[in-house]
Amino acid sequence: MSLHAYLVLAALVFVIGLYGVLTRRNAVGILLGIELMLNAVNINLVAFARFHGDVAGLIFTLFTIAITVAEVAVGLAIVIVIFRVRKTIDADHLDLLRG
Amino acid sequence: MPASVTYALGVLGLPFLSFLVLGLVPGLRRRGRAAGIVSTSAMALALVIALANWRLGERAEAVWAWLPGDGGPMATVGVVVDPLSIPMLVLVCLISFLVQLYSLGYLHEEPAASLGRYYAWQSLFAFSMLGLVLAATFLQMFVFWELVGLCSYLLIGYWYERPAAARAAVKAFWVTKLGDLGFVIGIVMLWSATGTFEFAVLFRMAREGALPVAGLGLAMFLVYLGAVGKSAQFPLHIWLPDAMEGPTPVSALIHAATMVTAGVYMVNRAYPLFALVPDLLVFIGWVGAFTALLAATMACVESDIKRVLAYSTVSQLGFMMAAAGAGAPAAGFQHLLTHGIFKALLFLGAGCVIHMVGTNDIFRMGGLYRAAPWVGIPFIVGTLALAGIWPLPGFFSKEAILEGVAHAHLTVPFLMLALTAFLTAFYMFRVVFIAFFARPHGPEHGHHVPGTMDVVCRFLGAVTILLGLDFLLGKGLLTSGEQAGAPAWLTALSLVLAVGGILLAWATYQRHAVDPGRLAILRGIGGMARRRYGLDVLFGAFYRGIMLGFSRLIGWIDRYLVDGILNALSALTLRAGAGLRRIQSGQPQDYVYGVAFGVLALFVWVQLFR
Repeated sequence: MSLHAYLVLAALVFVIGLYGVLTRRNAVGILLGIELMLNAVNINLVAFARFHGDVAGLIFTLFTIAITVAEVAVGLAIVIVIFRVRKTIDADHLDLLRG
Repeated sequence: MPASVTYALGVLGLPFLSFLVLGLVPGLRRRGRAAGIVSTSAMALALVIALANWRLGERAEAVWAWLPGDGGPMATVGVVVDPLSIPMLVLVCLISFLVQLYSLGYLHEEPAASLGRYYAWQSLFAFSMLGLVLAATFLQMFVFWELVGLCSYLLIGYWYERPAAARAAVKAFWVTKLGDLGFVIGIVMLWSATGTFEFAVLFRMAREGALPVAGLGLAMFLVYLGAVGKSAQFPLHIWLPDAMEGPTPVSALIHAATMVTAGVYMVNRAYPLFALVPDLLVFIGWVGAFTALLAATMACVESDIKRVLAYSTVSQLGFMMAAAGAGAPAAGFQHLLTHGIFKALLFLGAGCVIHMVGTNDIFRMGGLYRAAPWVGIPFIVGTLALAGIWPLPGFFSKEAILEGVAHAHLTVPFLMLALTAFLTAFYMFRVVFIAFFARPHGPEHGHHVPGTMDVVCRFLGAVTILLGLDFLLGKGLLTSGEQAGAPAWLTALSLVLAVGGILLAWATYQRHAVDPGRLAILRGIGGMARRRYGLDVLFGAFYRGIMLGFSRLIGWIDRYLVDGILNALSALTLRAGAGLRRIQSGQPQDYVYGVAFGVLALFVWVQLFR
């Protein structure tokens, strides 16, 4: 399989993730979409590392995974707090910053 | 420095010192009477120095640099001691001192703080007037000219809580400012043509014929406008009768003896320059004579004793100006000095009368001569002097003016002045007969006149008589001694006019042989004179029509054009903000849309257009 196929896969996963972020009304769903987008990037990094024989891509991937975990932990904590206060996690109703 | 200059500076400095002390030491000022004593003693000392200076009789001039400029100072200050300023110094010091002394009695019921304020202004006025008299340059004269105007405003408005007094003060200030505007423009025009403000230099240039005559006429006319405002010439005379709202001693000092004569003094001082413009002199003569006649007719129908005196002051100022216009400034100046003495006497006498009866209306007085002969006699002496009865000083100085005007062949002004002399005797004796000899109205007027007031009046009466004797003996105390005898017909004419006026007043108001309502002068123009010939209305209409109209136009421009543009700008900003805030939906997904499609658009741009 060529590098091209991996890149197409990564692009598909990224777009699916973006679609999820844009269309989901549930805040947890939006977080899941973000995870998909980040993992699409990870696929890209790993693929480039494998085909170019450069270990730096793998190390970057490790960093990304760690940071993603942290981000999800913070994001879910925020979602829980929002739910406690507003009794909803529907993104349509979370518009306190409307001008 | 010559002795006379030292004396002059001393005379000038004493009232200023007194003003500084009263201004900077509030504790003294608020004591009232103490402030009055400080100010009065400063004036007494100044009077002594002025008299010493008069005895010395030395001409001198001293000039110091003031505003620096390229190649010599741009403006100078100095003092001039000459036959014009020496007697004027004595007059100003004498009347100032007597008026301040008189005020101690006249205003003894005033609150101490107001009295202190009054004396501070009195000192400032004396300083300014003396500075005006001594001024060696036009610019210096203008500065003091404005200062006396300010003092006049402050002292007319002494009872500022009375609306009439406040209005009169503002009116006096603005009407004279109208003339001062011309004065300052004229001075600057002269300066730009010659490069100097100094009288001495200007006169030398005039003698050598080095003055550009083309622009001189306009410049001197503008300078003359200043005198029109200050010396209450037609048509700017309207402020002086209203100025009588001030305390009577102020009227005596500022609006009879000294400040209003500043215009005449200025014309005398700058006479060599005026003499270069003969047409302007004739104009000055006509305006003066017309003013004299107009004011005299108004005095004939006035019932307020102070306003009668005010109109008579306007009338006499017209005489002095007419003399200058006829080329006899010395006669005008002589009349200025004698008039200063006896008009101050008349005003201070009127002050005593008002103090006694508590009203200004002559028809509510009566029988005052019997009640207080020692108030009546000095007043009658002053009246006789003003009417021009031999041998009182008014007779001689008025005769000299008439002679000068006749000599210059100004026939119509001469007739106007002769008629005025007749009317002067008539209206003054109208006051005397109604207020002093008619049957008393109502209860006895028992209000006591304080001693200081009484003494001052008697003293001035004595000075008036002595001046008359001086003229009679030809000592020439006030003249330069080159007095040519007037022709006999003129002497006879002025006596006949004065006596005729007195007899008419006697027949009308004492014998009641003539009905006042049927006298031609009273019936024909009496109504118009009573309405002041509509001049006040005219000025009011002028003010409302032009000044307020212009202000409204400016107001409209400011409100709708200047403010309008700013309001439109701010409204536009608000509207744009209101439109732009809609894109801030507050929904995170909308922002993600923005970011995603923005990045996409950047990619497309980079791919396709770079």
